[in-house]
Amino acid sequence: MLAFLVKRLLNAVGVMLAVAFLAFMIFRFVGDPVELMLNEQASQAQRDELRMRLGLDRSFFVQFGTFVFNAMRGDFGISYRNQQEVFTLIVERFPATFELVLVATFLSLAIGIPLGVYSAIRRESLGAQAIQFISVLGVSLPSFALGILFILLFSVTLQWLPAFGRGETVALGWWTTGLLTPSGRLALILPGLTLSLFQITLVMRLVRAEMLETMRTEFIRFARARGLPDGSIHFRHALRNCLMPVITVTGLQIGNLIAFALVTETVFQWPGMGLLFVQAVTFVDIPVMAAYLIIVSFIFVTLNTLVDLTYALVDPRLRQDALAGGAHGR
Amino acid sequence: MAANASTFKRLFASDLGYSFRQSPVAMTSFVLLVFLMLTAFLAPWISPQDPHDLKQLFIDKAELPPIWAKDGEWPFILGTDPQGRDVLSAILYGTRISLIIGLAAVAVSMTVGVAIGLMAGFFGGWIDNLLMRIGDTVLSIPTLLVAILVSAIFRGLLPPAMRDPFAAIILVLAIALTGWVQYARTVRASTMVERRKEYVLAARIIGVSPARVMRKHILPNTLTPVMVAATLNLGLAILSEATLSFLGVGMPITQPSLGTLIRIGNQYLFSGSWWLVVFPALHLGLIVLAVNLLGDWLRDALNPKLR
Repeated sequence: MLAFLVKRLLNAVGVMLAVAFLAFMIFRFVGDPVELMLNEQASQAQRDELRMRLGLDRSFFVQFGTFVFNAMRGDFGISYRNQQEVFTLIVERFPATFELVLVATFLSLAIGIPLGVYSAIRRESLGAQAIQFISVLGVSLPSFALGILFILLFSVTLQWLPAFGRGETVALGWWTTGLLTPSGRLALILPGLTLSLFQITLVMRLVRAEMLETMRTEFIRFARARGLPDGSIHFRHALRNCLMPVITVTGLQIGNLIAFALVTETVFQWPGMGLLFVQAVTFVDIPVMAAYLIIVSFIFVTLNTLVDLTYALVDPRLRQDALAGGAHGR
Repeated sequence: MAANASTFKRLFASDLGYSFRQSPVAMTSFVLLVFLMLTAFLAPWISPQDPHDLKQLFIDKAELPPIWAKDGEWPFILGTDPQGRDVLSAILYGTRISLIIGLAAVAVSMTVGVAIGLMAGFFGGWIDNLLMRIGDTVLSIPTLLVAILVSAIFRGLLPPAMRDPFAAIILVLAIALTGWVQYARTVRASTMVERRKEYVLAARIIGVSPARVMRKHILPNTLTPVMVAATLNLGLAILSEATLSFLGVGMPITQPSLGTLIRIGNQYLFSGSWWLVVFPALHLGLIVLAVNLLGDWLRDALNPKLR
């Protein structure tokens, strides 16, 4: 177990170092930071002075080391665009993205699980086939197009829901939340639905496949033989056995949702870190890009590692595999 | 030509051909896809207007709604944009760009992925370890993020005047850079099985070079899952291209793809010109839907467990 733990952790650290290296390369070689930070009239002496202050005159490895060390302390430098500390900028935007992802995750479970169960137990029905077709339709329409169509229908035509922004927010310490005000909750509906659509189809397909498998097992047949009502068989016995993979996938997908939120945030002008990143890309604001890459990858890698470790804790077979040297067979 | 006809006949009579003729969904989506591809690639000959030629724009016919609405006018079936550009023509030209980039991205990622998978599976050892580790690392960052960053980096490295002509190539590279891992993994897995079989050993014993063994003996036996993955990835690649263009790191306004058209149309969302965004979005959805349905069918048809 310890060997597996160490191996997974080393793996995660390795990936993070690779990401940090990529971020550093962007930071160092895409455009000259000195040229980007000073205006055109700056003298050679000013340039040299800034170059020295930024540590750009030292060797490559020293610079990379400093970069990693600073990143670990949350110091990602100053944004080229608005001269603020990058870390503060991103932390300010984090609650907006987090709430959006939370709502999307909740929606995907609340809608995906019932639909999945329904299409498994009424496999041949018209309703189940309609759901299957809509799910293919759902993955074919990109989320940004769907978001725009939502805005057109619910905001422009029907004028039921707001088309952009977070509505009113309440500050709880450094955290801002839109969940406590009516306008904040209304503003969450469309972006949350847009972001969750892909996830809903994913959860639905997974639950359907797992349910179909479970329904064929002995203990379900035994439950039927005992004369239990259908509802009890489906929900208390079968569904419970399907939830473990659903929880795993949901956990793994949170990282992807955070990354994909940048598209939704652009459509709905949602003031999260994804929108900040997209704006940074447009303005070639490299410190913000590098920091966003590192932070999102960190969340992603941490979640993956945690899920792997939990699995090993629950399922002893995986530990044996790991000791035999096949830990990356995923 | 005779060889082509007999290949077609063989395909028609094969299991796959039979399964195709049995599946109305597969046939419908295939016909739809062929139709969409033909209209896109024949755009210069069939579309009412060349949307890139400023002389052909009708400034006096700006922002006309679709033809069935009150102010609609022939021949602007799907309306016009604020510059007097025919929306249908813009969609056909845009689809051509989207399809070319999607197909090229799949071709590049498939070639690279298959080559890497063959080498990793055939040689094993540290080569395998190194290549698969690189793949793991690529996949441990969300793919959308990788694509945006690659696109942003290339654009940052090129001088501004060079960005637009190279936009399509940058997009292909950005999408292919994350796409190859899946091919590499499937090909590696089947290569590791195939290389232990007797026909491979026999070929090696009579002195066939490793490169030739990989290409002529192992490769043909690993291609079935690759075909399925390629079809499904075409849908994904088209979506990625559209997303990047929508975010503003893809095709420029001078050569708009479907994603760029949606990005432009999005700016007129609140001015009532809904046709500028709805039609490109639906067209994009239709293409990807056809590709996905075809891919799903192919996956099931080639899956021996489901036969």
